[in-house]
Amino acid sequence: MYSQYKLQDDTGILRETASQTSGPFVHIGLALEIAGFASREDEIWQDLAKEGAEGEHIELVGRVYDGNGELVHDALIEMWQADSHGNYIANFNNKKPFSGFGRSACAIDGDFHFNTIKPGSVDFDGKLMAPHVNIAVFARGINLHLQTRAYFEDEQAHNDNCPILNAVPSLARRNTLIAVKEAGNNQPRYRFDIYLQGDNETVFFDF
Amino acid sequence: MSQKYPYFLARDRAWQPAQYTPGYKTSITRSPKQALVSIQNASPSERSGPVFDGLEIGQYDNDLLMNFRTEGTQAGLPIGERIIMHGRVIDQFGKPVANTLVEMWQANSGGRYRHKKDNYLAPLDPNFGGVGRCMTDADGRYRFRTVRPGPYPWPNGINTWRPAHIHVSVMGPSISTRLITQMYFEGDPLIPLCPIVQVLKDPEAVETMVARLDMAMSKPMDCLAYRFDVVVRGALQTYFEE
Ligand SMILES: [Fe+3]
Repeated sequence: MYSQYKLQDDTGILRETASQTSGPFVHIGLALEIAGFASREDEIWQDLAKEGAEGEHIELVGRVYDGNGELVHDALIEMWQADSHGNYIANFNNKKPFSGFGRSACAIDGDFHFNTIKPGSVDFDGKLMAPHVNIAVFARGINLHLQTRAYFEDEQAHNDNCPILNAVPSLARRNTLIAVKEAGNNQPRYRFDIYLQGDNETVFFDF
Repeated sequence: MSQKYPYFLARDRAWQPAQYTPGYKTSITRSPKQALVSIQNASPSERSGPVFDGLEIGQYDNDLLMNFRTEGTQAGLPIGERIIMHGRVIDQFGKPVANTLVEMWQANSGGRYRHKKDNYLAPLDPNFGGVGRCMTDADGRYRFRTVRPGPYPWPNGINTWRPAHIHVSVMGPSISTRLITQMYFEGDPLIPLCPIVQVLKDPEAVETMVARLDMAMSKPMDCLAYRFDVVVRGALQTYFEE
């Protein structure tokens, strides 16, 4: 009888479980209202910051494009970010004004939407990383989720000194990581469009 | 306040599926062509992640036989083969991943999803939604009660079918360990025919996704059990908040 466990080598380290696409119906599991379900008692969703959260309240929106320039309507986006002081708050709690984790989907008007606060600079071994949010992209046709970061165009001084941004080999590609400020409603809105493939292909990270 | 986070074993991208897998046609236009940019020395942004202690999980959130049961005239249980799906989340060193969120979603026993965009001709089941979630216990154990989903056709090649599967999402201790996979059922002859399964080059990688029939955990005169363990990236060191 076979085992689900596979060994990576002779040190006894196990193989990671294989990844599979989240498929077109990911919303049933992770974005219930998009699939047409009623909310359960508590859901992980797109408002990371509510009234009373410390920091500058912002909106982060964006679309996902495939290699033909078509919108990817079944993309699910996860976001993980630090608070306004640059600290990651692990304990997710929707009753608190700020939680560092959220999810959104591109199924309604093509945009994902997050209501959040602008994160602070995060300390990385004594160097500061420019304010950024960590983004994971899941969709039909994506076998293993794609990982990227969104930075902010109005943080140029920080961006110029960010050790991770500066590790991106080309300037044109580095610019795919910068969210652009656009006219918002009541609060600043930043747009971070994600290109899975093509001339403007977004930088995706391995870590 | 300064926080320290574990480092994780590198993800083996030769073991995991490639992004461009033309047998699975949708991947052709959705796969990056440029090389991934490696973050050689992971920062706190990659090594930290959310813990869902504060998420209120409902009484029936892990019981799909109960959590979409209608009241009134249609009151009843979902149609299909009743099963327990259970297992452990462990890391590559075999350590249990306690207190982590496990989420799952699936088609009903006819192979139809309760989703606006699914128009397969198999009927919806009024008593079946198809979503579950729970937190692992101190030993990394999780458990769901559901019905075995049916296979379904999908447009890829001519006459392509998905084997019976349950989509499974695990957070793990950090965003580095984040993983979405699909659980298949031991012995299903559709597994080797499926282009989505076949994005994996190594047959052993496919076996990591195949649940075993678990007679010991089944309930006589009630339901069968399938065991599905999930292995996430190994944490090299654990630090605590100073
Ligand atoms: Fe599916």
